[in-house]
Amino acid sequence: MIKVLFFAGLKEQAGTDNMNVDADGLTVREMREKYLTDLNMPGLSQAMIAVNEEYEGAETILRDGDIVAFIPPVSGG
Amino acid sequence: MNNLEKMFWVTNEPIDAGIVIANVVRPEAGAISTFIGIAREFTKGKRTLFLEYEAYVPMAEKKLEEIAKEISEQWPDTQTSIAHRIGRLDISDIAVAIAVSTPHRDHAFAASRYAIERIKEIVPIWKRENWEDGTKWIGDQKENISGVPVKEDVRND
Repeated sequence: MIKVLFFAGLKEQAGTDNMNVDADGLTVREMREKYLTDLNMPGLSQAMIAVNEEYEGAETILRDGDIVAFIPPVSGG
Repeated sequence: MNNLEKMFWVTNEPIDAGIVIANVVRPEAGAISTFIGIAREFTKGKRTLFLEYEAYVPMAEKKLEEIAKEISEQWPDTQTSIAHRIGRLDISDIAVAIAVSTPHRDHAFAASRYAIERIKEIVPIWKRENWEDGTKWIGDQKENISGVPVKEDVRND
């Protein structure tokens, strides 16, 4: 399984801060289309992607045990 | 967690800027520049009652450390420590404290400025403003990093 994390506004749009998906071998983009389209999250398209705590592109291939985070525009400081 | 032993951390507890500064004191340094970001009451004329910060904590701490590495590459012989608060912050609470020590002052100023701008670009931390009549997660602030506040940013009611 792959763990998906949501933060800030995306967490509210998803109604949860995490979910587990069966996406071994899929790219982040494919995983997003397969599992997240129905959640109707308008902020998802602007979000950056992190895989295992590093920024990655949407074509990154996921492996079981990976943690994917969707990072909305940050506003720290 | 013992903050004294950490150079980069995200915390629910109030930040003691003195600890962040003490982290970078060393004999080789001739200057320490600090940046303290605090919770502002008025933004574009709108009154904020309190702020909430959320972070992807392990990644945020990693990215803070990465910023310090970038600083070391750009300005040799620097030491950096950064703490960022999360959870509920009242007005004037410290949100972020940065200290950079360098042999000479020019680099200390430049590097502490660099650190706060990079935090606003790459560190997964989010701020929510809570007003009397609503609340909003604040998004991309990159348009504000020129350093010259627009008039509305400094206007009070």
